Amino acid sequence: MADDVLAGVRIQPNWLDVLRAPFLQHALIGGSLVAIAAGLLGYFVITRQNAFAAHALAHIGFPGATGAILIGVPVTVGLAVFCVGGGLLIALFGRRVGDREIATGTILALATALGVLFASLASANASTTTSVLFGNLLAITRAQLVVYGLFTLVVVLVLAAIARPLVFASVDPAVAEARGVPVRVLGVAFVVLLALTITMAVQVVGTLLLFALVVTPAATALRLTARPGLVAAIAVGVALLSVWVGLVLSAVVDLPPSFFIVAVAVLLWLVARMSTGPRRGTTARALPNGDHAHSHGAVPIGS
Amino acid sequence: MNHAPPALVLDDVSVVRGGRTVWSEGTLTVAAGAVVGVIGPNGAGKTTLFQVMLGLLPVASGRVEVLGGAPRRGNRRIGYVPQNYTAAIGEAVRGRDLVTLCLTGGRFGLRRTTAEQRARVDRALERVGAAGYADRRMAELSGGQQQRIAIAQAIVDDAELLLLDEPLANLDLRNQHEVVRLLGELRAERNATVMIVAHDLNPLLPVLTDAVYLLDGHPHHDPIGEVVQEGLLTHLYGTPVGVVRTAQGDLFTRAAWRDAPR
Repeated sequence: MADDVLAGVRIQPNWLDVLRAPFLQHALIGGSLVAIAAGLLGYFVITRQNAFAAHALAHIGFPGATGAILIGVPVTVGLAVFCVGGGLLIALFGRRVGDREIATGTILALATALGVLFASLASANASTTTSVLFGNLLAITRAQLVVYGLFTLVVVLVLAAIARPLVFASVDPAVAEARGVPVRVLGVAFVVLLALTITMAVQVVGTLLLFALVVTPAATALRLTARPGLVAAIAVGVALLSVWVGLVLSAVVDLPPSFFIVAVAVLLWLVARMSTGPRRGTTARALPNGDHAHSHGAVPIGS
Repeated sequence: MNHAPPALVLDDVSVVRGGRTVWSEGTLTVAAGAVVGVIGPNGAGKTTLFQVMLGLLPVASGRVEVLGGAPRRGNRRIGYVPQNYTAAIGEAVRGRDLVTLCLTGGRFGLRRTTAEQRARVDRALERVGAAGYADRRMAELSGGQQQRIAIAQAIVDDAELLLLDEPLANLDLRNQHEVVRLLGELRAERNATVMIVAHDLNPLLPVLTDAVYLLDGHPHHDPIGEVVQEGLLTHLYGTPVGVVRTAQGDLFTRAAWRDAPR
């Protein structure tokens, strides 16, 4: 039995040729563009506690993709419209984290229902739906690459412009707001960037596996350092490595790249996690802040 | 004692939030250099007062003056310490980053932190005694250490007015004591005005000069000695409070035990 299963997994003798094929070159470029954008945004997704929203946005893209097939426009357009629109709705309804969870979940359910409806109206075949859910990096076209290039450029440029205020607003919103940082405007700008990135990432790893590119590389980086700039750099590196190694492995054994990309990303996270040990609170307990001598004055004892 | 404009002037101010009047008829003046305890039961509008002063919440009526001008967002003359950070965010940021962001976090575009800004951050961290752990993640720090980082954030820009929202919550007695001492020292060396929201006045009594108390929907202001009275505190908190005078100073304490059967 095991032999039958493993029969599907074998090394392609011509894998070096496969690596040189145009579709794989496209996949490599497209995947790299997504890795850059996703790696850069990951730190903010984590610090803004937006992981659920990021996950949901990917699913909100689902009716966008099937709807695009229904009316005959490019899937990227449908995805982008729904992701950006859904992101703005979430930003609008969910100002507080608690509200956001509920708003996100509700919009998510509606979007998934629409996705199923559109898919059945468009009589989209199972493989189209599968490619939205799990990604189809090997089917990326030249035209899509141009769009990806533009999206990534927008993400990089906007992020460069708003990086500091966005970090401030993400890690310390109360003080940032008091300091005059436009916290809400930055929140909306961030959601739009995230939506553009997710639009791309959905086509690489699919809605169901998107976490592995948007959240996991940044989580890996955060195990190693807490400096925002360094986290972004390491996260981009981890995401790129995952895409590259994943693509090569998929070419070697001729299986879908999504699995390998996600597997590499998760493996790197596990390694970082185990090599840095448990984090929270350990040092605080070991080193109470005992750098102060006893103080003077009249402070009454207890109440 | 100095000729600076008052830190806070309220002239018949009322504040409405979500259709509900939080407090009204606020008329008071807090002199520059005062150390003010802001007290009152939960929901009385203590944090709301800070938000008004920070320009984050417009008043429904009346006139507000902070450090001689109208309240405005982003007033760098005010240092603000909100309540604690969540653990999830504390994993992703170091104390030094938080203090640096207070100086540079409002700027758009890619710009390096200057040597002068770094020096200011170092000075603030050293002043609060946090230099030794400023490069550790916030989540790794104890409550007292986190509070010192937060105070460093508030003073890094040489603020003249410090607003601290429950700085002693979740601190053990020794840390409460040390944070209070630090606040007293900062006030003295900078002649800053300090306003502190607190539920428990006891640890703050050594440094407080005044109190703003929110009672029955109105803010009041008195020297601290007139606030530490059994009748007023009992009314304020809605539970019996006794005042015990000791050689070291006043101590007020919840005194429900008086009614308990023995």
